[in-house]
Amino acid sequence: MIRALAWVLRRDMLLAFRRRGDVVNALVFFVIVVSLFPLGVGPEPNQLRGMAPGVLWVAALLACMLSLARLFAPDHQDGTLEQMLLAGEPLVVLVMGKAISHWLVSGLPLVLIAPLLGLQFDLPGNALAVLSVSLLLGTPVLSLIGAVGAALTLGVRGSGVLVALLVLPLFVPVLIFGAGSVGAAVAGTGAEAHFLLLGGFLALSVVLAPWACAAALRIAME
Amino acid sequence: MGIAVMLEAIELECIRGERRLFSGLSFSLGSGELLRVVGANGSGKTSLLRIMCGLVEPSAGALRWQGRSIRTEREEYSRNLVFIGHLNALKDDLTALENLQVAAALAGMPADAARMLAALDCFGVAHCAELPAKVLSQGQRRRAALARLALSSAVPLWILDEPFSALDVAAVVELERLLAAHLASGGMVVLTTHQEVQVVAQAVLRVDLDLHAAALLAA
Repeated sequence: MIRALAWVLRRDMLLAFRRRGDVVNALVFFVIVVSLFPLGVGPEPNQLRGMAPGVLWVAALLACMLSLARLFAPDHQDGTLEQMLLAGEPLVVLVMGKAISHWLVSGLPLVLIAPLLGLQFDLPGNALAVLSVSLLLGTPVLSLIGAVGAALTLGVRGSGVLVALLVLPLFVPVLIFGAGSVGAAVAGTGAEAHFLLLGGFLALSVVLAPWACAAALRIAME
Repeated sequence: MGIAVMLEAIELECIRGERRLFSGLSFSLGSGELLRVVGANGSGKTSLLRIMCGLVEPSAGALRWQGRSIRTEREEYSRNLVFIGHLNALKDDLTALENLQVAAALAGMPADAARMLAALDCFGVAHCAELPAKVLSQGQRRRAALARLALSSAVPLWILDEPFSALDVAAVVELERLLAAHLASGGMVVLTTHQEVQVVAQAVLRVDLDLHAAALLAA
């Protein structure tokens, strides 16, 4: 089982490496959106500090969603997805592998670059650390929930908009507590409670999302 | 002594959209037997094969593998079959070798490069092993996909959708040889094809979906 998971991961990382352009797209989108805000709003430090958590988190969430359309659709088109359904390994495990590789490719780079972008908003050091941790806990949830949405809309025309409609309501709690944790750090009230809640979301989605995703893929194959 | 029945289809029915493609389709398949599914375009050959793989639920009826429903024993059944559909299931950005390694690993087989190269060589595409699948010709892609069969002699049930399409004469001969060897060692093959093929088998069964459609109209 672990071997199958490792092979799915290895395959998807190889594919991501060979199609670097797609990977860079989401990252560039994130950097551009976040960098435009200080330019558009003006250099008032207090205002920037106030809006930084929301801007960074909304941009991260949208960047994550951008790449969801490519999570299962290419595999569906070339027939490798139906082979995964017939793999003789639990589909849940393979789906988990897909979600992990999605996070490694489109979530982890955001976590790493976010503190740098946070400097543009004059965030203090402790708030930058909190931002990283909150993204580290929150972006895997986005990948897992997003995978369910991508599986449900597989093979549907205009699936991009549909995915957004399906998963955005589920992303909202993550957004609120993710951005809230950074806000709390800026205000100096401590972010532990937010982290615990984000961790709770992560645990819940690790347990539930792969099952929902596997079931949705089986339906999409019919 | 009769042949042990391994796979049994009972009163299968398939409805696609508003159309009923076939119904009341029953057959059984034992070791060493070849089942050839024939029928006009659109008569439901691919649908039947996808039902037999467990990818699609039949609208009615059931499939049993060694007496047990394939729905309840899904993973166990999947380990006992190889399916090659009309899509080649190759990732364009991976090499032929990497594609085969991933397929073997997902099927729970060892994925060492030497074994993979031998399988590719069996279909004469070993020299393309390091090329990305997107630069291969249609026939080479089909050969690279079929190389999975050369790895799968221990897997009893082969389900092949138009395996001979895009193949040249040499590859057709090689595939026929592989199918005959598989059947001789007690395997089972289900295939659809429009070509006449010479495969030596203990028994060749035929399911003609046109006849089933005709029977439906008469009934």
